[in-house]
Amino acid sequence: MINSKYLRPDSQVLSFSLVGVGGQGTILASNVLAELGLNLGYDIKKAEVHGMSQRGGSVTSYVRWGEKVFSPIVPEGEADILVAFEKMEAARFYYHLHPGGLALVNDYSIIPITVSAQLEANNGPIYPRDETIRAALARVTDDTHWVEGVAIAESLGNAKTANVVVLGALSALMEIEVTLWLKVIEARVPSKYIELNQKAFEAGRKAVL
Amino acid sequence: MKRLLSGNEAVARGAWEAGVLVSSGYPGTPGTEIIETFSQFPNVYAEWAPNEKVALDVAIGAAYAGRRALSAMKHVGLNVAADALFYVAMTGIEAGLVIVSADDPSMHSSQNEQDNRQFAKFARLPCLDPADSQEARDFTIKGYDLSEQFDTPVLLRMTTRICHTSAPVEVSAQRVTLPAPGKYPRNPAKYVMIPSNARHRHPVIEARIQDLAEFAETFELNRVELRDTSLGIITGGIAYQYAREVFPEVSVLKLGMVYPLPHILIADFARKVEKVIVLEELDPFIEEQVRLMGIKLYQPPGVCGDIYPYPNTKSIFPSIGELNPGIVRESARHVGLLADHTAIKTGEKPTPPVIKDQNLLASLPGRPPVLCPGCPHRSTFYVLHKIGLPINGDIGCYTLGVVAPLSAIDSCGCMGAGIGVAHGAAVAGDQERHFAVIGDSTFFHTGIPALMDVTYNKSNVITIIMDNRITGMTGHQENPGSGKTLQDHATIAVDIEALVRAIGIERVATVDGYDVSTIEKTIKGWLKSEEPAVLITRQECVLMPEERKKWTPLSVVLDKCNGCTICFRVGCPAILKSEKLDPKYNRPLAEIDPLLCTGCEICAQVCPRDAILFRSQVERQPEIQASEDFKLNASKVAP
Repeated sequence: MINSKYLRPDSQVLSFSLVGVGGQGTILASNVLAELGLNLGYDIKKAEVHGMSQRGGSVTSYVRWGEKVFSPIVPEGEADILVAFEKMEAARFYYHLHPGGLALVNDYSIIPITVSAQLEANNGPIYPRDETIRAALARVTDDTHWVEGVAIAESLGNAKTANVVVLGALSALMEIEVTLWLKVIEARVPSKYIELNQKAFEAGRKAVL
Repeated sequence: MKRLLSGNEAVARGAWEAGVLVSSGYPGTPGTEIIETFSQFPNVYAEWAPNEKVALDVAIGAAYAGRRALSAMKHVGLNVAADALFYVAMTGIEAGLVIVSADDPSMHSSQNEQDNRQFAKFARLPCLDPADSQEARDFTIKGYDLSEQFDTPVLLRMTTRICHTSAPVEVSAQRVTLPAPGKYPRNPAKYVMIPSNARHRHPVIEARIQDLAEFAETFELNRVELRDTSLGIITGGIAYQYAREVFPEVSVLKLGMVYPLPHILIADFARKVEKVIVLEELDPFIEEQVRLMGIKLYQPPGVCGDIYPYPNTKSIFPSIGELNPGIVRESARHVGLLADHTAIKTGEKPTPPVIKDQNLLASLPGRPPVLCPGCPHRSTFYVLHKIGLPINGDIGCYTLGVVAPLSAIDSCGCMGAGIGVAHGAAVAGDQERHFAVIGDSTFFHTGIPALMDVTYNKSNVITIIMDNRITGMTGHQENPGSGKTLQDHATIAVDIEALVRAIGIERVATVDGYDVSTIEKTIKGWLKSEEPAVLITRQECVLMPEERKKWTPLSVVLDKCNGCTICFRVGCPAILKSEKLDPKYNRPLAEIDPLLCTGCEICAQVCPRDAILFRSQVERQPEIQASEDFKLNASKVAP
């Protein structure tokens, strides 16, 4: 049986929805969550949705833990935990989250080409303000946490570890042994980057505690 | 031993455990990783073929020669290989042959969502339809037994959701030991499909499918799960998971083999439950067969299909697009199936559904697929857009030339179609000159015969072969032009220019894919004559590891930029509008995102004011003020 404060009373499966932009390490983060679930002894499913482009497109990944997991897709409104690696994607997918679920947002924006390549000034779509993103999440939950994943990762010397900073923040919000998280992460990064990733993970934990 | 495997990895694992020696395929999402993973096992042969037809012939050759063989392709690849599929269905094999079709419901990366279970019925083949990674591995192994037991190729039908979902899989470290293959068969009555032999084979395969249907009655892959009998669901593949998620308490007939179907098993199941329905993705493939058996499926009174904005061909669930638990729940609720079976048994109040704020969602800027920053295809599309003549495109990264502001693809249908379509428009007497645009891998796949038609039948099509030295969109697979095999071994690289000349094209040029002015000059020169021509724009994909090492972000000299917007028209994600306005014209100046820019210099070439520094200029002055400005403006939000 799943042991998590985020599990809803009428559900036996803990569902994560991870959203971001291609190239941000969303897939690596979902692999970590999948392995973590396996290490905890659960049945797991991890599904990835990525479209045609190699870089710059929206990426969604689902991870589910349970005694027995059937659907790999998390139905709309049934994610217990939403992790957004890019903040506009949090607004785009807020309705993935179950009312009262946990939302963790990486406070970082990646301007899409639909904004940057506007040929006519001031009449196309604009990147949403933070208030718009917060209001979208507030429609489903009060339990929202923001972490400056990229800024923290840059301060440690490598912006690419931002995804691990976010995982560190997530770990601080869940009740799972830190050593287990680190074991899973260390198994997935090249040995010369283990220390950097440990630091990123710890910094992420501190950022939301 | 449990491993976390995607469905694709699980198929490869199963094939290896089953003793498969030979595999051949062509890359295609969502199935590419099957052959890639299989190639990494010890003591196997794996290859990328130039197209799916060749790949299947290769696997058939191995199976005729007594070696277990695997061929894997995406669903539309099986169209290309259909000729081979139908003859091998007639001949049967000496050793097991499993053909994997990776279908793409919802068309995440495909031009259609054809349901390839239909191919099994069409060609008289058994079709296995796994529901998760464990079954992908198990069914692959079982497929080889079935193939040899019934002397038939077996279709293993995967879908995107099975291919790309990872789950724990119980695997074996042992690989089966098979008897050494005998001498290559000299058995023309079975293997030479001249009409007189083929006429004898047709009754054989009709009898084979009947035998398989009888076998299906007790086949372990088909199983009845009896629970609450007020409702029974006949299902297979991924839809089984949604059946269990949405109706956890009801009875299920889980079909692992979806063709041919077990009549008695289905009739028995239907008798044991009060109402019986079919839950399947895409076509009413099982549903129609079950109806033909005379089994009465639950027919919701008068409401059939009225929640769909198209003529739905199934009685309850949508026949278009991928299913998910939300869709299954909504359809079931609509016909009153969920009222009796909701999980409200615990007395919990159902939580109100989360409302999607459509206004908010519509206001958010999208992230459509675009050519990557530094893509060498961009320069040619920029030129073609300016020329404005019709462009018949093809399947690959370069299909993204259709996206604004490049807007330079006017047709795209299937692999290899562009050149033939352009030729057809030309011989039909279309007033405008036609371009065909095709990638290197697609040219090898099915472009070559069409180019022969251009020369043989004398049209004036100008073909542009965008040679980025790799199969790009599926994630960098080697091809006959790249000089490397699937295993990264050095091999002959097809000389595209020599090949094109051998076909009879006299006007041929190979140019640097980034060289905007040479591309423009060459094409405009050719437009003055009526001869067919081929331009090969050659430049390695910018995401190749060797190319990544060369990345050098460019920058804008803001004093020189006046916001003329020409660089925005190359449609590069790395070129942004800054918040600084040109004082004279009040237009936003350009800036370059140093995290995205690779330094391809296409924008620098088209800038009329020399406001974008070339690599050599950037390298001379590493401290660039513009880059500092970028950081200040990086987070551009609404005022």
